[in-house]
Amino acid sequence: MSDQVQEMHSHVGVAPGDEEEARVGPRLLGYVVGLGLAILLTATSFFIAGTELVWQPSIPVAIIVLAMAQMGVHLVFFLHITTGADNTNNVLALAFGLLIVFLVIGGSLWIMSNLNHNMMPMEQIMQMQR
Amino acid sequence: MTDTTLAFAQGEPHNLRGMHESVVVDDGPAPKRIVTGYGFWIFLLSDIVMFSCFFASYAVLLGQTAGGPSGAQLFDLKSVAAETTCLLLSSFTCGLASIAADVRSVRWYQMAMAATCVLGLAFLALEGREFVGLVARGAGPTRSAFLSAFFALVGCHGMHVSAGILWLLTMMAQVFAKGFRADILRRLLCFALFWHALDIIWVAVFSIVYLLGSAV
Repeated sequence: MSDQVQEMHSHVGVAPGDEEEARVGPRLLGYVVGLGLAILLTATSFFIAGTELVWQPSIPVAIIVLAMAQMGVHLVFFLHITTGADNTNNVLALAFGLLIVFLVIGGSLWIMSNLNHNMMPMEQIMQMQR
Repeated sequence: MTDTTLAFAQGEPHNLRGMHESVVVDDGPAPKRIVTGYGFWIFLLSDIVMFSCFFASYAVLLGQTAGGPSGAQLFDLKSVAAETTCLLLSSFTCGLASIAADVRSVRWYQMAMAATCVLGLAFLALEGREFVGLVARGAGPTRSAFLSAFFALVGCHGMHVSAGILWLLTMMAQVFAKGFRADILRRLLCFALFWHALDIIWVAVFSIVYLLGSAV
C-alpha cells in the first residue's frame, strides 16, 4: 500500500483523478462535501428555473453561472483537478480543452445569429423567386 | 549526438515542476499510472470538445421548431430532476469504489460498483421512458430541427452512459477474477474519470437543454 502511494505521489506529478491525500477519512469527507455542494447547486438551478421570485431576464444567466460553478465543484472534488504544482499538466490540458469548447459554442452562436440578422425575411425571398 | 542534445533527451520535458526547482532531478520517465491517466484525460477532453459541437447545434436550433412543440411544452422537469439525482449519487458511489479499491477492500468495492450500476441503469430507464413518451406524442427526432438536435445531444450522452455501464460490469468482473492488480487499478482510474466526466456533461445537459430550453 505505502509503495503504491509513494509511486502515485512521486514528484513527477499526479494522474488526473488521483488525490494528494491517501487517508480514507479525509478522502471520504471530500466526496461528501462535493456531493453536498453539487446537490445544493442543482437544487438552486431547478428552483430558479421555475420561480417567479427573481427578475425574469436574470434567470438564464443565473442558470449558466450555477452550472459552471457545479462543473468546478465536480472537477475539484470528484476528478481532483486542482491548482497544485504537480497537477500543472492536467490543468493545462483542461484549459486548452475549455478554449476549444468556448470557441466552438460561442463562435457558432455568434455566426448563426449574425447570419439570421442579415438574412432577408422569408416572404421577400419567396417573392424574388417568383 | 552532441552533449547538448543528449542532455535535452535525458531531461524531463514533461516535468513542468522541474522548472521551478534550481536542481533538475532526473529520475526517469513518469510512472505508468500517471502516463495512462494523463492519456485518458486527453481523450476525455476531446470527448468534451465533441459534445460542445452537439451543444452548439442545439443552441443554434433551439428556436427552429417548424411549427411543432417547443421545449417548454415537452420537458418534464420532475423526471429530469430524478435523472440528475441518480447520476449525481452514482458519481458519489463511484468515488467510494475508488477509495475501496485503494484500500483493497473487495467487498466495499463490489458494493459501491453495484450501487453505481443500479443508479446508472435507473438513469437510463428514466431517459428511455422520456424518449418513448416523446416519440409517442409525435415529437420524435424527425419532427423538427430542434428535436433532432435534442435527441442527438441527449441520446449521445445516454449512449456514453450505456457504454460506461458495460465498462463498469467489466471492471467488477475483472476485480472478481483477478483481484486488485496494478493494471486493473489503472483501468479503474480511467473508468472513474470517465464516469465523473459524464456527470459533468450531464450538468451542462440539464442546465442548457432542459432548464434553459423550457424557459424559451
